[in-house]
This record gives sequence, C-alpha cells and structure tokens, in this order.
Amino acid sequence: MALSANDSKTLIAVKDISFSYGYAKVLKNVSLDVKSGDFLAVIGPNGSGKTTLIKIILGLLKPYEGEVWIMGRRVEEFLEWQKLGYIPQKATHIDSFFPVSVYEVVAMGLLSKKKFTRLTKKEEELSIQNALEQVGIEDFKNRRIGSLSGGQQQRVFIARAIVKQPHILFLDEPTTGVDAETQEHFYDMLDALNKKEGITIVLITHEIGIVNRHVNKVACLNQRLIYHGTHAEFCHSKAFKEMIAGGHHLISHRH
Amino acid sequence: MEAFFSYGFVQRALLAGIFVAIACALLGVFLILRRDAMIGHGLAHVAFAGVALGLFLNVIPLVAALIVAVLAALGIMKLKEKAGLYGDTAIAIFSSVGFASGLLLVTFAHSFNVDLFGYLFGEILAIETTEVLLSIGLAGVVVLIVILNYHKFMYMTFDRDSAKVSGIRVDRLDVLLTILTAITVVLGMKIVGLLLVAALMVIPAAAGLQLASSFKQAILLSSFVALISVFFGLLMAFYFDFPASGTIVILSFLIFGLFFAFKREKRLF
Ligand SMILES: Nc1ncnc2c1ncn2[C@@H]1O[C@H](COP(=O)(O)OP(=O)(O)O)[C@@H](O)[C@H]1O
Ligand SMILES: [Mg+2]
Repeated sequence: MALSANDSKTLIAVKDISFSYGYAKVLKNVSLDVKSGDFLAVIGPNGSGKTTLIKIILGLLKPYEGEVWIMGRRVEEFLEWQKLGYIPQKATHIDSFFPVSVYEVVAMGLLSKKKFTRLTKKEEELSIQNALEQVGIEDFKNRRIGSLSGGQQQRVFIARAIVKQPHILFLDEPTTGVDAETQEHFYDMLDALNKKEGITIVLITHEIGIVNRHVNKVACLNQRLIYHGTHAEFCHSKAFKEMIAGGHHLISHRH
Repeated sequence: MEAFFSYGFVQRALLAGIFVAIACALLGVFLILRRDAMIGHGLAHVAFAGVALGLFLNVIPLVAALIVAVLAALGIMKLKEKAGLYGDTAIAIFSSVGFASGLLLVTFAHSFNVDLFGYLFGEILAIETTEVLLSIGLAGVVVLIVILNYHKFMYMTFDRDSAKVSGIRVDRLDVLLTILTAITVVLGMKIVGLLLVAALMVIPAAAGLQLASSFKQAILLSSFVALISVFFGLLMAFYFDFPASGTIVILSFLIFGLFFAFKREKRLF
C-alpha cells in the first residue's frame, strides 16, 4: 500500500462539527483528526452519534456547522472516492433474498475506480480473486450472498471494501451478530490490514475489549467528544475510568 | 407457424412487443428490489390522463402520454422526498388524480371511442408502423441505458450509502431510472393496455427473481420470461383469437408459478 513518506500525515480533519436530525441535537462541536496509519476506535454508547459522525465524514449527511477535510480537500469537493472503503452498520442486515452473488458484491468495490484508471477485465478478476482469498471466502464466490452466515457475509463486505486497495477503511460496528470466534479472526485480519498493508482504519464499536487489544487511537463520543488521543493515554484517562466504573451502564443505557 | 410470421402486422407486433417487454422486465427487476413495484401501476393511470389530453388537444396520444407520465414520475419522486410520504402514498395520490383528470378530459372531448379502448386494453396487433418504430426506438434506448449503467444501478439498489461513498451519483441515477420507467410504462400501455402494463413490469421480473442467485441471472431470466410470454402470447392470439394483452400477462404469470414451484422444490442454481 502506498504510504506517504510522512507517516503522520493527517488524512481526515473534522473541524467543529455540529449536527441535528430535526430539533434533536446529535453532535455538538466535535473535532478530531485521523492520521495516516492510525487504527482509530470510535467508541460510545448507543445513540451517541457514532454512525452520524461517520456519515458526516463520508459526505452522506451535511453538518449545520463545521467542516470535514479528507486528504487535503473539503469533503464536498473530494473526488478520490476509490481511496475510501466503507462498511455501513447495516451491512449484516441485508435483504437475504437480494439476488446478488458474492462475486458480484465484491466487484461493486471496483466500480468507482473505473472512472480514473480503467482496469482490464483480467486485472479486475485478479483483484477480486485476491480480495476473496484474503478474507477466505473464495469457495463461496458464486453463492447468493443471502445464503451465507452473518460472519461470512461480513467477510464479503470486507472484501468489497479492500478490493480497491483503499487508503482508509471505515467500519461501523462490523461484528454485531457475529460469533466470538469469527470476531477474533476478523480483528486479526483488520490488524494485518493496518500493520502489513498500512491501511488506516476507523472502527466504530461499543465493545471496549476490542479497543484494548487492537487499536492505537481512541475517540470517545457521547454527542460531544469526551476523549480523543492515543490508546495508552486513554487507559489512564477520566473517560476510561468512568466507562469501567459504569461497567456497561454507559455502553448500553442511553438512547 | 409460417403463416404467423408472414403477416406484416404480426412481425410488427412481435418486434415492438418483445422490445418493450424486455425493457419492462429489466426495469422491473430494479423497481421490485427498490420496493417500488407499484410505480408502474400508478404511472399507467397517469398516462391515461396523457392519452385523454392527446385526444382532447388532437395531438398524438402516445406523445402526450409520454410527457405527462415523465412529469408525473418526477412529481412522485419529489413528493416522496419533500413531503416525507411513503412511496405508495405518493403513487396513490398521483395515480388517482391522473385517472380522474383523464376521465374529465375524455368526457369533455366526447372521445369515449375505439381509440380510447385501445389504450385501456392494448392493441398490439393493430399497432401502426410509426408507433412500432417509436416503440422499438425508445425501448431500445431504455435497454441500452440500463445495460450501460447496469453495475451502478445494481450497486445503488443493493447498498445505497456505499454506492454514494464510491462516488456514484445516486441522485442523478434515481432521476434517470424514474424517467426510463415512465417512458417504458407508456410504451407498455400501447402493447398490453394501461390496465395491464403494471403486470408486464412486475410479473416477468418477479419470476426471474424466484430462481436467480446472482444479479446477472435475475436480469437474464426476467428478460427471457418477458420474451417467451410475448412470443407465445401473440402466437395464441393469432391462432385461437385470444386477446393478446390478457394472454401475454396470463402466460407470464404461469411461468412465474412454474418458477415459484421449482424454487420450493429446490433452488436451481
Ligand atoms: N435518520 C434519523 N432521523 C432522526 N434521528 C436519528 C436518525 N438517525 C439517528 N438518529 C438519532 O440520532 C442519535 C444518534 O444516532 P447514531 O448516530 O445512529 O448513534 P450510534 O451510531 O452512536 O448508536 C440517536 O438518538 C438516534 O436516535
Ligand atoms: Mg450506529
């Protein structure tokens, strides 16, 4: 993966974002940045605005205040979408009757890239094959995606996201409804993508256990940004102690 | 069989019918998966107002219907978006107002006549050469546009947000799909009549979706069902004097039933 010479280059800058759906304010003055090579976990209780924040970063929602910069451009003017991979929160809850094969889903990942540097059919097939192998689902490539288990489906979406060799990968609670063992494999795979391939990862989760084992940066969100910094410091921070003290209280209670 | 093919009106009907039916089936696959299957039904009723307007103003009804249907389709889209209505509510409003306006216009124009019944019930075997050319041309354009945008339409139908994040202009493609649907409904109206055009949009596509395990299969199977239904529908209309439109629709429904039974036995692919 092509990493820039300067490893700590800022890829994403979120500047003083506020957002509301109708009257209810969901995000208040959130600022954070993501640097090249980061494995950032965005954590926070249900309804704390994590999904909303990601959607704003990706230009799917417009904040009423503040701005988002991706790779040096405002998101409204950003063009290099092939450098971003996104796995939305509902990816595991797809319509199980949708007639689309695993191969076709992964091929979707190459769609935006075509506009810029057109791959030949051969190259395309090769990239898709590689992505399928990387997540270990090449045997299922002709199956209808709805006929796979939740964990297998999740791998398909990972393959779709990595087939275009993105610089940044966004994952919104990717392991909801996936069994513990598959989860472990899944996070090992993310680790490999981050450390070996140099892909910057932004992971939304509300499982603190994951955070401890894999990430190097943490953003703790509850409408406002409660904490944003390195994982090591996070463990000594007030936010972390509150979270531990509250047990799952903070994680699951608020709406 | 030779007699069947030797008549000019049969050749015209076959050509126009197959082209239009395939355009319907292709769009139908996307519409069903977008939970928008009823739009064909709604637009057909609006197209009735267009036909009535054409008869009233004495312009070619097909052209008037095309314009009215495209405008209504865009209107339904906007109403859904802006008024926060559920899709079927916007369709219900437009289709009833469309049909009501059509009734008024037809009455004022004193044109409750054979022409009008042709539009209501279809007159594929009486289709004129200019209309054949128009139908084939437009249906050909629809098919071509769907094929050119096939992957993008598939992506945005399957996973809208991800498609957007890939830089696909889904809002523009929505408008494109809506316009294509409106055009196709009006062409279909000419073939099977506006009372049955919704069937042409939904049944072959629904049949294809029964057995498909990939998107490509869904598209190919649906088109195949459309083709077979039109071909044998016309054949039976010719030899047994059945009404062509009704026969085409019933045939496609029988194939749907067959596929459905097959699926229940065991998934084919
Ligand atoms: N489309 C929407 N319309 C109105 N309110 C919404 C919408 N999406 C989310 N919300 C509300 O915004 C808040 C934040 O939601 P979300 O960003 O999904 O939180 P999280 O991902 O952290 O669970 C919640 O209170 C939720 O109910
Ligand atoms: Mg969420």
